[in-house]
Amino acid sequence: MSIAKGREITISALKYNPRANGSKPEFVDYKLEETPGMTLFIALTKIREEYDPDLSFDFVCRAGICGSCGMVVNGKPALACRTLISNYPDGKLKLMPMPAFELIKDLSVNTGKWMDAMSVKVESWIVNNEEVDITKMESKVDPDVADETFELDRCIECGICVASCGTKLMRPDFVGPVGLNRVARFEVDPHDERTAEDFYELIGDDNGIFGCMSLLACEDHCPKHLPLQNKIAYLRRKLVSLR
Amino acid sequence: MKINYCDALVIGGGLAGLRAGVAAQKKGLNTVVLSLVPVKRSHSAAAQGGMQASLGNSKMSDGDNEDLHFADTVKGSDWGCDQEVARMFVHTAPKAIRELAGWGVPWTRVREGSREAVINAKKTTITEDADRAGLIMSRDFGGTKKWRTCYTADATGHTMLFGVANEALKNKVDIRDRKEAVSLIHEDNRCYGAIVRDLITGELEAYVAKGTCIATGGYGRVFKQTTNAVICEGIGAALALETGVATLGNMEAVQFHPTPIVPSGILLTEGCRGDGGILRDVDGHRFMPDYEPEKKELASRDVVSRRMIEHIRNGKGVPSPYGDHIWLDISILGREHIEKNLRDVQEICQIFNGIDPADEGKAGWAPVLPMQHYSMGGIRTNPTGESQTLNGLFACGEAACWDMHGFNRLGGNSVSETVVAGMIIGNYFADYCLEHDVTIGTATVQKFLDEQDTYLNDILAYEGNEDIFRIKNRMQNLMDQKVGIFRDGTGLAEAVDELEELLKKTKKINVKSKERVGNPELEEAYRVPRMLKVALCVAKGGRERTESRGAHYREDFLKRDDANWLNRTLTSWPDANQTTPTVAYQDLDIMTMEMPPAFRGYGAKGMIIEHELSEKRQAEVDETTEKMQAEGKDRHEIQHELMPFDLPMNYREKNERAGDK
Repeated sequence: MSIAKGREITISALKYNPRANGSKPEFVDYKLEETPGMTLFIALTKIREEYDPDLSFDFVCRAGICGSCGMVVNGKPALACRTLISNYPDGKLKLMPMPAFELIKDLSVNTGKWMDAMSVKVESWIVNNEEVDITKMESKVDPDVADETFELDRCIECGICVASCGTKLMRPDFVGPVGLNRVARFEVDPHDERTAEDFYELIGDDNGIFGCMSLLACEDHCPKHLPLQNKIAYLRRKLVSLR
Repeated sequence: MKINYCDALVIGGGLAGLRAGVAAQKKGLNTVVLSLVPVKRSHSAAAQGGMQASLGNSKMSDGDNEDLHFADTVKGSDWGCDQEVARMFVHTAPKAIRELAGWGVPWTRVREGSREAVINAKKTTITEDADRAGLIMSRDFGGTKKWRTCYTADATGHTMLFGVANEALKNKVDIRDRKEAVSLIHEDNRCYGAIVRDLITGELEAYVAKGTCIATGGYGRVFKQTTNAVICEGIGAALALETGVATLGNMEAVQFHPTPIVPSGILLTEGCRGDGGILRDVDGHRFMPDYEPEKKELASRDVVSRRMIEHIRNGKGVPSPYGDHIWLDISILGREHIEKNLRDVQEICQIFNGIDPADEGKAGWAPVLPMQHYSMGGIRTNPTGESQTLNGLFACGEAACWDMHGFNRLGGNSVSETVVAGMIIGNYFADYCLEHDVTIGTATVQKFLDEQDTYLNDILAYEGNEDIFRIKNRMQNLMDQKVGIFRDGTGLAEAVDELEELLKKTKKINVKSKERVGNPELEEAYRVPRMLKVALCVAKGGRERTESRGAHYREDFLKRDDANWLNRTLTSWPDANQTTPTVAYQDLDIMTMEMPPAFRGYGAKGMIIEHELSEKRQAEVDETTEKMQAEGKDRHEIQHELMPFDLPMNYREKNERAGDK
C-alpha cells in the first residue's frame, strides 16, 4: 500500500535562549509534509533532525502520561504529544512556551521546579503518625474511596491548568488548580490523618483556596479531565466555615 | 571547578532511584538524586497494568505465596535469572506494596460479591468473600499461576511514582532535575561520584560521594520501534561501561512486548489480555490457542511476541501502510470494564488512532505489533546491588542486571522490581555509604571534569560531513532489523560490523550550533556514541550466544542449550580505544539452584539441550523436600535448606496473608 503525499503544513515556533548573548524572541516558520497520524511530537522531532537541530522542546513518554510537553498551541495550552496535526484544517500551528513557568529555551519551560515547590507548599504527601508494619496485612480501604482517591491522583502535573489560570496571572504565588487538587486528593485518602484545620493552614488564603476566581479554564484544558471545578468548590465550602 | 559533596549519590529519579534515595536519606545520609527530567516524568510512570506481589487476597489469587511467584519468575526467565535474587525479590514484594499503600498509592481494592469477568473469551462470574473486601485486589497477567498483579486501573506506575516521589520530598531528599551524568569518577577500582552536566546552564560540575547508585532505566531507544520513553537511552549502563572497570550483564536479553499500538509504538498494557482481551488475525480468527493451547494469549511475552510474528509470516497478518499487524480485541470485555479499568488504553486508542476499543466488533479492534519493551540486561551487580568489579558503584531497577529476570521478564515484575530493589539495594547502598569515606583527591576529580570539558569542545570542533541524527536513526533501524525478535548469526555479525562503523563515524560529524548551552544537537553528539557502545554490547552478546533462551531467539540455534550456555554474558570496555566490547561469561551453578533447569510449561516442547547436573540437582531437591516434609517442616524451613538468602532491615520476616491458617 502506498501513502499519498501529505499536505504542506507550517509550524511556527517561538525561539529564544535567555542564556545566550544577543538572542531575541522570534517566531521561526518550518514547512513540512504531513504524514498520517502525525502529532506535534513527530513533527517537532522531524524539525529538529532535518531543519533546525537547535530547537528546544521537552518530550519524555510521547504518550500523554508524563506531562512533559505542555505548550501553547494556537493560543491554547495542550500536551504536544497528543496534538494531532490533522485536527488543524488550515495546517498552521503556532507554538509558544507555556506562560507562568520559567522559560528555559524556546518551547521548554521549568515545570519541575514549580511543581516541586508547590508540592512542598501544600505538603503533597501522606501525613500519618502511625508507622506501618509492612510484614502485616495492609489496612482495609473501602473500594469506592480507593477509586475516588485514584481519580484525583491521576493528575500528571503537566502545568496546563496553571498556564490556563487567570488567578495565577494576578497572584504569582497562587498554588494553582494542581495544588488545590493535590489537597483534595489527600483530603479523601483514608491513610491521611490531616483535618480540615490542617488543610486550612496550608491553603486557607488568597494564594490558596480563596484565590480561585472560578474562571475554570483549568478544567477546560486539563488533559486528564480532572473534576477541578467540583473539587475546588467542595474544598472552598469546607474551609470557608473555618475562616 | 564546582564540587558538590554528598554522602549518597543516586543517578536517575524514577521509582528505583527515588526509593533508594529514601532508603539512604532515612539512614541519616545526605542524599542527592539527579534526574534528566522532573522525577515525576520518569519512564516508571508508563507502567500501566500493575505490580506483582503475592498477597493472595482476591478469589483468583487465593493460595498465592512467595514460592509460586518465585517459580513463575524463574520459568519466565528461562532459567537465566539469579535464583537467590529472585527469592529476595518475591519475599520483599508484598512488603513493598504494603509500604506503598501506606504512602498513599490508591490500590484498587477487593469488592465484596459477584462480578462478571472474561476468562478465555467466556463470561465467568467471580464471587469475592466478605472478609477479603477492602484488601488489595489483583488481576491476571501472562506467565503466572495466580492472579498476582496489583493495580490502580491502568495507571499503576503513575500512582506509584507520585507516591514515592512525594515521600522523597517529605523526607527532604535533595532532588535535582535536568542534570545529566556524563562520566563516573573512579580511582583504584572504586567509584566516587560523577561528572554532571546541567541541562539548563550547560555547566559541568562534579558530584563527589561515598557511594554512587545508578538507576537510569533501560536502553530501549537503541531500537527504532520501542514502547520506551525518549530518555531511555541506556546512558547509565554506558557510563559504567566507559569506566573500563564495571561490567554489564546479559545485554543481549531484550524483551519485545506483544501489544504496542501501530504505528506510534505506545504500549497497550498486558492488562488488556490479563483482563480477557484476545488477539485476532486478518480473518478475525483468534489464533493464539492454535499455538499455545494452555496459556493462549497469556504465555510469557517472548513466546506471545514470537507467535504473533510467526503467524504474520504464515500470511495471516493484517496489511497496513506501516506493514502487517495483528488485532487486539478488548471490546469483548464490555464498555463498562474498559472505561473503568482500561481508561488510558481507551484514550491512547482514541487519540492516536481514532479507535474506540469499547466499540463492539471490528470497529473496536486496535492494530498491534511486537516492539522493543524492556532491557533485562544492565550493570552487572551482586545480590547487594554493588558492581562486581567497581566498588562503591551500585545499580538498581532496569539499569541493573541484578538478575531476577534472566532472559525474559514477566509482566508486572519490572515495576515491582523498581521499588523492591530500591528498598533492598537502597539499604545495602546506604550501609556502604555509612561504612566508607571519600578518599579521592580533588586533583583527580578535576582530571575527570577536564576530560569531559575537553570532550565537549572536541565535539564542537569536529569538521566532518556526517550527521548525528542520521547515525542514530541508522543504529535504531539496524537494531530492529538484525538484533530484533528473530536473530541469526549472519544478521548479528553484520549488525556488529556496521555499529562499529557508526561508532567511528560519530567523530566525523559537524555540530551546527557551537553553543555549549541549550544545544540539542550537542547533546545528541555526546549521547549517541554511548548508545552505540550499548548497542554493540547487545549485538555482540547476541552474536556470540549460539542458543535460544527467553527473549534471545536464534533461528540458527533454536534450542535452549543448558549444556553450553547456562551462563551470564559479561561485556566490558577496558580500553577506551576499543571499538567493540570485550565479552566474557559467568557460569550459573545448577547445584545451588532451588529450581534446576526444566521445561517452562509454554513455548515449543523438546527444545532444550539439557545439562547433566539438572537431573542430579532435581533429585537432591526432591529428596531434601520429601525428607523435611516427613519431619513436619514448613515451606519456609524447606526453602531455607535448599537455597538460603539474606535481606536487610526486617524484609526477611514472613509476610502475613489473609489465607494464613
